[in-house]
Amino acid sequence: MIKVVDLKKIYCNDGVETVALDGVSFTIKKGEFTSIMGPSGSGKSTLMHILGGLDTPTSGQYFLDGEEMSRLDDDHLSEIRNKKIGFVFQSYNLLPRTSALKNVLLPMLYAGVDPQTRNHKAQILLDQVGLSDRANHLSNQLSGGQQQRVAIARALAMDPKIILADEPTGNIATNQAEEIMKIFTRLHRDGHTIVMITHEPDIAAFSSRIITIRDGKIESDRTSI
Amino acid sequence: MKIIEIILESIGTLGLNKLRTGLAILGIIIGIGSVITLISLGAGSQKAVENQVQSLGANLLTVMPALQRSGNVRTSGSMTTLTLADALAIINNPEITTVSDVSPELSSRFQVVTKSSNSNVSAIGVYPQYASIRKVAMQSGVFISMSDVDAVQRVAVLGPQVATDLFGEGFNPIGETVRINKLGFRIIGVTQSKGGNGFNNQDNTIYIPLSTLQKQLSGADHLSSIAIEAKSAQVMVQAQDQVGFFLLKRHKLVDPAQADFMIMSQNDILNTASQVTGTFTTLLSGIAAISLIVGGIGIMNIMLVTVTERTREIGLRKALGAKKRTIITQFLVEAIILTLAGGLLGMGLGICLSLLLSRLLSIPSAISLTSVVLSIGVSGVIGIVFGWYPAKRAANLQPIEALRYE
Repeated sequence: MIKVVDLKKIYCNDGVETVALDGVSFTIKKGEFTSIMGPSGSGKSTLMHILGGLDTPTSGQYFLDGEEMSRLDDDHLSEIRNKKIGFVFQSYNLLPRTSALKNVLLPMLYAGVDPQTRNHKAQILLDQVGLSDRANHLSNQLSGGQQQRVAIARALAMDPKIILADEPTGNIATNQAEEIMKIFTRLHRDGHTIVMITHEPDIAAFSSRIITIRDGKIESDRTSI
Repeated sequence: MKIIEIILESIGTLGLNKLRTGLAILGIIIGIGSVITLISLGAGSQKAVENQVQSLGANLLTVMPALQRSGNVRTSGSMTTLTLADALAIINNPEITTVSDVSPELSSRFQVVTKSSNSNVSAIGVYPQYASIRKVAMQSGVFISMSDVDAVQRVAVLGPQVATDLFGEGFNPIGETVRINKLGFRIIGVTQSKGGNGFNNQDNTIYIPLSTLQKQLSGADHLSSIAIEAKSAQVMVQAQDQVGFFLLKRHKLVDPAQADFMIMSQNDILNTASQVTGTFTTLLSGIAAISLIVGGIGIMNIMLVTVTERTREIGLRKALGAKKRTIITQFLVEAIILTLAGGLLGMGLGICLSLLLSRLLSIPSAISLTSVVLSIGVSGVIGIVFGWYPAKRAANLQPIEALRYE
């Protein structure tokens, strides 16, 4: 599903070069639930952004579902992000003052799904994350855990090939974090491919594979049974 | 994504943040409203000045008799070269296209007597046209009419100074009789004061029908002047030429140097007028430019700030699959809606304000279509450009850079 070959990312700030990724290679198969761990500054977020098509690598190749992402132009990347990738951000990134339902159907709006279908689908997805009664609540009226569940519903809107989660529990109280992880576990069981960034070992423990990154290089890659 | 859905999305987004939308619209309203108000106030003052000049008679020509010269010999004689027939011929000639009205006039001085006082005043024999051409307004009663002229009536209209001199302050002399050369004249009106006007003081004048003056008082059939009203101040020179050539031909003269008349235009007044209006035009352009710049910068700022503030939102929309074009179109539609709403409201505000101010400052209101079109055009373009530009810039960023934007 995902194949990364010798991926490098170098940032240039005021003439100072910072190496964020220094030759990373791995493959992730369909249906895997992978955690990417590492201390802050290790390059795990950069890797995540490249995997999500939000950023482009300086060199190396990245194949998603057989397509070489590093060669696509901006509009094609938008289309890939829309159809093949579902994002869950640490800070939720919902549209402010917008209903939960509207947030969930936004990707379908950009895909050109007709209004009836997308409303129906958004309702079902909110139901799946246990928020069917909050569909018309505005995003800022919801708790952190609820907002993140809306974000997960939004990530699922276009039936993506992979779900990318960037510290999905980072801003959320522990009891609500468990709820979120339960949803991810269920999605994994249903056959979704998930890549999650975290620095918390007990959150990473929910996944089937843990890749650890340090200084832009893969330090370890373990698959649990 | 269909354009109609983008438009709906824009409207929805504008509705989400009412404060931001309100502020942006307010900025545009103030920008456009102030431009329209300032320009129309300026234009109003210009019109006020023009009106004042107009009241002096900017399109007035005066034909006066002159000494006829033949060769180097100056022919002497009383200047009786202009006649009523000349005046009537000027107005009735279809070739003279630039003249709207003429007023034949004969003036001379008489001893005017009432029961209790007498005074030496200037009497002018007039046609009714005198009032409109020389801008004489009535304080009470009526001016000399055509039937007064036709019937050689012994009626008189007094200047306010004459009325005061003969009858005393505050007395209404209408219906009273004055004697001029022992003939009784019934007073039918008093004119409004025009203020001192040099040696030609209209306040100290008595008006009687031209026919009465010619036939019963002076026994002369010539005129002392013909006042001619040109159709506009712009055709003064043509009017002067047309009348001049016509009179030369009529008096069977070939050489303009031999003319037995002269035509004076209100050149001085016109010069002053064009100087004043020129200054005003410059001033007006300055005001318009400054208010357009001020309004434009206001609109630019509010659009730049509100759109730049939404860079994160643009990043998010791109992350979720919005294409550049979709985002730029959405922000463009938002900017158009904002400037359109602000523009219409600003136009309303500007028109109301300038009407109100023109009433308070008692100057004529002059809301010109140009100022409305100019302000809405410039502000609209600025609003749309500065709504579009930061959106385009944000849409061109890598989505992650836009998402990280603080």
